[in-house]
Amino acid sequence: MSTVDQLLDTISLAEAAEFIWAEAELLDRQDYRPWLDLWTASGLYVIPIERGDGDAATRLNIAYDNGDMRAARVKRLKSGFAISSAPSARTVRTVSRFVPGDTTRGVTVVRCAQTLVEFKFERTRVLAADVEYHLVRGPGGIALERKEVLLLNSDEPLWGIGYLF
Amino acid sequence: MTAVMEEEARNFAALVQDDRVHTSLYRNPAIFDEEMERIFKNTWVWVAHASEIPVKGSFVKSWVGNQPVIVTRDKDDRFHVLLNRCRHRAATVCEKKKGKTSVFVCPYHGWSYDIDGKLRSVPHSAVYGEDFDKADFPLVSLRVEHYQGMIFATFRDDIEPLVEFLGPAKTWMDLFMKQGAGHPVKTMGEHQFRFNGNWKIQLENTTDAYHFPIVHKTFIDSLDAETGNVFDVLGQGGWVEDLGNGHSLMVMIPDLVDLEQDADIPERFAALAEDLRAEGRDEAEVRRIVRAVGGTGFNLNLFPNVACSMAFFRVLRPVSVDETEIRHIAIGMDGGSEAGNRMRLRLHEHFQGPMGFGSPDDAEGWERVQRGAAAGDDLWILVNRGQDPLVGHGAGSNVGDVSAETGMRAAYGMWKRMMEA
Repeated sequence: MSTVDQLLDTISLAEAAEFIWAEAELLDRQDYRPWLDLWTASGLYVIPIERGDGDAATRLNIAYDNGDMRAARVKRLKSGFAISSAPSARTVRTVSRFVPGDTTRGVTVVRCAQTLVEFKFERTRVLAADVEYHLVRGPGGIALERKEVLLLNSDEPLWGIGYLF
Repeated sequence: MTAVMEEEARNFAALVQDDRVHTSLYRNPAIFDEEMERIFKNTWVWVAHASEIPVKGSFVKSWVGNQPVIVTRDKDDRFHVLLNRCRHRAATVCEKKKGKTSVFVCPYHGWSYDIDGKLRSVPHSAVYGEDFDKADFPLVSLRVEHYQGMIFATFRDDIEPLVEFLGPAKTWMDLFMKQGAGHPVKTMGEHQFRFNGNWKIQLENTTDAYHFPIVHKTFIDSLDAETGNVFDVLGQGGWVEDLGNGHSLMVMIPDLVDLEQDADIPERFAALAEDLRAEGRDEAEVRRIVRAVGGTGFNLNLFPNVACSMAFFRVLRPVSVDETEIRHIAIGMDGGSEAGNRMRLRLHEHFQGPMGFGSPDDAEGWERVQRGAAAGDDLWILVNRGQDPLVGHGAGSNVGDVSAETGMRAAYGMWKRMMEA
């Protein structure tokens, strides 16, 4: 198999799950700098508000981050100067119900369910989400081309969130 | 509820002084209940923007204080604000956020209402007997008036017209709407979040420039140097002003008061300017749109529940004495440049919302206020900053330093007036 073939080779569900679990642990540990390295240069991190089809670029989102915005977000969360994340809520998340999506050449789509529990100020709260991953093989292994986190209550009142999904 | 709390809720005048307000205003549920009656049922309360109900038959759910309402546009383009409660056995007749319909049907026994609230039909009505008159049971309808697309409702038929209530604030609403760059302003989605704190903590915050460089340091740090200077809000000769009736103004960036004043294109909007040129717009229009897209440099706080806040509408809803819901409604140009509107969305996401670079820190600060307010038996909240007007300021003789707590004093003055009435 040539290098190009290897890069375009579909990522198996088992490989994807392993990658997504490792990412989930990074995020729960708030180890954000290595998380930034999981992305392709063109990768998009989207947390929509509205449900249903439509181009997130033309809608208001909770987050719509390219590489620059992700880096700025991580800098902010780790700076120690943002009161909502110094410290942020603690989180524990589980990711499961992995299902292969419409995979095109070079991009493997995986949909899954995420349940996250956060704790801060004597309060424990749960946030569930449908997550869609667009994964590619890069020189350093699997990389994120797009991650879209659709919260169950995305279009209802949330609260200040000082961590990453 | 303790006897002390009930006593506090009978003597409102003693709780608000010229330079301080008593902590019970944040934590006494009896006072909260009185506020819902004495304030939210006795003044003009913002319910919607006209663009949320753009065509005949459209509706959007909203609130007046703690009462759920539906805001509708009828076939003659008149606005209605209807209590969301079937006249039969009280079920809500609408649980869809917004949409278009010709009828609201109660899901319980099938009573149906026209978009203007009239009771249209009642299943098996013969059993009610001959003297049952549908005209006696429309959805309860509030008085509605609007200015600059902002729709307000009130339970009171005998208070002053909306435009009188707004007074000098109207001039600032006019300036705010210049963000349409020659088009009407339209809403473009919203962020919603709740915090565990009293509604007046948010009301105060809208004209609180003092917190900005502290709480929003990480937002400012995320900007390029040129934009960071623009957001040096305490250092640009801004001011705050009491506009009467509890309304107040805080100008943080005087250069961004009148968006129709021509200005150079800032570096951060150079790419947008290129996109606008590619849309076939001439240089004057490019400059006008770029300036409008960046938003205004002021916050206009309209007592009791809405603000025109730099580049968006900020709406508060009291939920309970220690819980408040906030909406940050994005706005854009209705019929204007798509590239410009996309940029506005990205700018809104940058600061606002549950994961913005600004709002979560505001929410945390407000929760900290509520948590701290649990301490102390007879302590006060200070709003005495900058009581003396600035001397020789270009905006007039009755303005305070940009970081003065003039806006809070204005709101609490109105609070006292309404609670004592």
